[in-house]
Amino acid sequence: MNFEFFFNNLPELTITGLAFGAIYALIALGYTMVYGVLQLINFAHSEVFMYGTFATLWTVIALNAADANGVKLIAILIVALFASMALSALIALALERVAYRSLIERDAPRLIALISAIGASFVLAEIMGLRDRIAGWFGLDDDLSEYVGKARINNSMAGTLEKPRFDVAGVSISSIDIIVIVAAIGMMVLLDQFVRRSRLGKGIRATAQDPETASLMGVNPTRTIQVTFLIGGLMAGVAAFLYMLKIDTTKYDVGFLLGVKAFTAAVLGGIGNLRGALLGGLVLGVAENWGQALFGGEWRDVIAFVLLVLILLVRPTGLLGESLGKARA
Amino acid sequence: MNIGFKDKLTGLPKPVRILLWILLALFAYALPLLELPIISTPGVDFGGVLFTVTIYCLVALGLNIVVGYAGLLDLGYVGFYAIGAYTVGILTSFHANWPLLLAIPVAVVAAMISGVILGAPTLRVRGDYLAIVTLGFGEIIRLTAVNLEWLGDARGIKNIAKPPNIGDEKTGLFEIPHLLWGDGTVLVDTEHPTKFLVFGYIDQVPYYWMGLTAVIIVLIADILIKSSRVGRAWEATREDEDAAELMGVPTFKFKLLAFSTGAFVGGLAGALYASRQGFINPLSFLLLYSILFLAAVVVGGQGNRWGVLLGAILVAYLPQRFREFDDFRVLAFGAALVLLATLRPEGLLPPRRTVRAKQLEQELEELEHGTDEGEEAARV
Amino acid sequence: MLTLGLSLTACGTTEDGDGGSDAACDLKLAFFGPETGPAAGLGKPIIQGMQLAVDEYNDDADCDVEMVKYDSQGSPDEAPSLATEVAGDESIVGVVGPAFSGEGAAAGPIFAEAGVPTVTPSGTNPGLSTNGWDTFHRALGNDATQGPAAAKYIKDTLKAASVFVIDDASEYGAGLAGIVEKDLAGAVKGTDTIQTGQTDFSTTVTKVNDAKPEAVFFGGYYAEATILIGQLRDGGYEGKFVVADGVKDPAYLDAKDAAEGTIITCPCIPDTDPAVAEFAADYEEEFSEAPGTYAAEAYDAANIFLDGIESGIDNREDLLAFVNDYDEKGITKQLKFDKTGEPADVHVYAYTVKGGAIVPEGEIK
Repeated sequence: MNFEFFFNNLPELTITGLAFGAIYALIALGYTMVYGVLQLINFAHSEVFMYGTFATLWTVIALNAADANGVKLIAILIVALFASMALSALIALALERVAYRSLIERDAPRLIALISAIGASFVLAEIMGLRDRIAGWFGLDDDLSEYVGKARINNSMAGTLEKPRFDVAGVSISSIDIIVIVAAIGMMVLLDQFVRRSRLGKGIRATAQDPETASLMGVNPTRTIQVTFLIGGLMAGVAAFLYMLKIDTTKYDVGFLLGVKAFTAAVLGGIGNLRGALLGGLVLGVAENWGQALFGGEWRDVIAFVLLVLILLVRPTGLLGESLGKARA
Repeated sequence: MNIGFKDKLTGLPKPVRILLWILLALFAYALPLLELPIISTPGVDFGGVLFTVTIYCLVALGLNIVVGYAGLLDLGYVGFYAIGAYTVGILTSFHANWPLLLAIPVAVVAAMISGVILGAPTLRVRGDYLAIVTLGFGEIIRLTAVNLEWLGDARGIKNIAKPPNIGDEKTGLFEIPHLLWGDGTVLVDTEHPTKFLVFGYIDQVPYYWMGLTAVIIVLIADILIKSSRVGRAWEATREDEDAAELMGVPTFKFKLLAFSTGAFVGGLAGALYASRQGFINPLSFLLLYSILFLAAVVVGGQGNRWGVLLGAILVAYLPQRFREFDDFRVLAFGAALVLLATLRPEGLLPPRRTVRAKQLEQELEELEHGTDEGEEAARV
Repeated sequence: MLTLGLSLTACGTTEDGDGGSDAACDLKLAFFGPETGPAAGLGKPIIQGMQLAVDEYNDDADCDVEMVKYDSQGSPDEAPSLATEVAGDESIVGVVGPAFSGEGAAAGPIFAEAGVPTVTPSGTNPGLSTNGWDTFHRALGNDATQGPAAAKYIKDTLKAASVFVIDDASEYGAGLAGIVEKDLAGAVKGTDTIQTGQTDFSTTVTKVNDAKPEAVFFGGYYAEATILIGQLRDGGYEGKFVVADGVKDPAYLDAKDAAEGTIITCPCIPDTDPAVAEFAADYEEEFSEAPGTYAAEAYDAANIFLDGIESGIDNREDLLAFVNDYDEKGITKQLKFDKTGEPADVHVYAYTVKGGAIVPEGEIK
């Protein structure tokens, strides 16, 4: 164990951990909200995120961000953010419609919805991985090669953004990390307020608490579920955009690992709990970095999972273990 | 549909029934020799695919005990499978030279013990939290194998022992020819017979027979356990844990028993897999496999052993059968999962209890709404 | 009955439409490796490299050689069933693959027993050639030849006094990094491992910055290398970055400025050689992309078999003997195998990324 390194670099390890943890947290929302309302594991949410990363990438290519700078670059990035949110939300809604709705309406066993979600996840990822072939059916693969080429490998927008670093009290910090952390926490606060105060938010909470009573009280369950997926999708879109700012690179199967981590974060914080998702994501991000610093990168994921098991043993419903329905002030 | 079939079956006199089962088993054993068109897999060896199918069947039967009987969601089942495989790998090749038949019992016991070790602290965690804990367990097992040189790290373990041959290594006791199907003609191919019973490299059929035998044994054990007190305790725990506890069922103990029994079968599957494969590395124990195993159980109909067998056959067989889909086959497989799930939410063959419960529910509903309908009818 | 069986095998068991009258016309070469699945990105250049060789051959041949793909998804799981299928189809006279060492280890004994000659364009585990499989051949240098060359370059050319070694925990990357680490021993200031598929390397970057090495060696593939070098440069690391042939892929240039100055070692002849340049041009024309990692090795591997077929060989046994005695100049190296199937004569070259291109620097001697 490398304690000297760990303590010497603790601030930097923590900040970079928080930054990636914030992305986990935003993705985790999609798992946690759907779980809160429907008690099912929204396995295909990882692909909702993946499509968002491609929306950012394609926007950056289409608007030629590589040659832009200053205000124009910022404008392009804002467009990219909205594109990501829109595509992710669209995929999330489509997912609800195709993979879940008929099962929910028939009150099917929850596990079958998980299988449907797994199937949908394969389909969504493979469509992205085969997009060159699919474009080829329409004879568009050459015209669109910038977008559909390299279907099975990394697609990168590296070099688009300068990522200046600055020193605070001897600690080198990346500006992107700060942007990611601030943006993610800002979104979480907004969402938290929305769910607590708005009419729709109350509907979500009511449905989470007791769907039958909620529907008797005039909450339209189908609409509430749609809104839940919509919000999960929008947040995944934000996560995807921030992820692309930080990592620059995506791939058709990028969602899988991140999805597993985000789901872990959701459970860690207490699944069904919005604030839990934030806390879980941040804790997981930091724990991974600390674990890698102390034990080496080969044990990074092992440490994260061991931590998860330990926390669940002490707090069997996660750190903040409350359901969405009960989450009050 | 399946009920009608089953009723007809139970209506037959016992000797006929037994005869039917034996014929079915014989057909199953003969399947890779018949190489039936349509069923047989173009582009990949049919015997090898059938072996994989039997491994999935074993895994599905084991996971069904955990998920279907005891109602515990396990997303890390591949961990036990890996423990079985690695135990055999270590004992027969990497650190010792045990014969396979001695290593398999150790492997299944190791898997079972790891089931107890994992289950004892975590089974108190309810529902979907257990899913993520088991998922973590599966990943920990795999990553440990990747990182420890003692376990062969990413390079894996080679030269894992094969099962002992029966008869001479060159010819076996006797040779069994395969069938060849031409256009409208059937030929006997004496060029490439299967030697009974030589576990070599090329011929995958003896491994399939080994796997099928294991499936039949586990299946019989499953029937015996399910109809015993243990089976009923599992069912009670799954339906209503608190009520079961109140009725004097030590639910935790039974959950742990289900978990470790499942691990036992998973370890067995892993051990047989390692022996056929001859070589294992951590790539065979990815999280994806846990998900596929679960898909087999749920698609088939969790809780019904015939259902999960059917599910296992589909999940293992379809992607191999439709290799001509080429790089679209994962896409097609995903779409098939969505379709199956939406068309048959109870699974292809739901357990009888689910069927009963559905009927009961319907009857209750009819009773409740009966008067309304009557009134409506009167109004019209 | 026996004759029937024989005539059947001679006709081939599958439904190839051309229905050749001459037996030698029905010959096939198999690709064995990932076409789908997580490793599909690595499989594609191999498939295309082989495809190019087969297409070129068929252009002037009387009898077309068919290329069949056996998609293993890069997993050892599927390898035995696929290998048995290959073994059962006598019209398949040679295999380009298995692409990865893992599936190679699982399929190797089957090919050996069936006598199917194989030439892997990408499996680099040194252990593969020590199993006594006569059918095994490797069209590229294994980890044990590439590793020391990389270490030598770091020591002699870069004269780096301190080195940080990173690997990706894969068979290829960890094997290579282990050798570099051993060879450089005293100069290694630290090591770390990443996981394939991981995308955030911030802790690794912190570790590198803490160790302040003059050079970083990364054992792994271009997918992770591209992201890693970007994050290293963003994190302020300014030293050298040395990688091996798993990174020699046009996709690595996606890292843009961060990739500049990266040193790539590769046992492959630079494209200053006209044959290599011609291959690159043909490949680009055919697939509208520059040849990726191991495309050239796959092209070489296929051409060995195709040369044999052209000389009139129509069965595995003769082709295996032909491959074992082969000694011609390929586009990546002199293609000649020693008794174990390793390339007899491996020269490792250094390449460097300059002006958005991978340019040769010279042989590492």
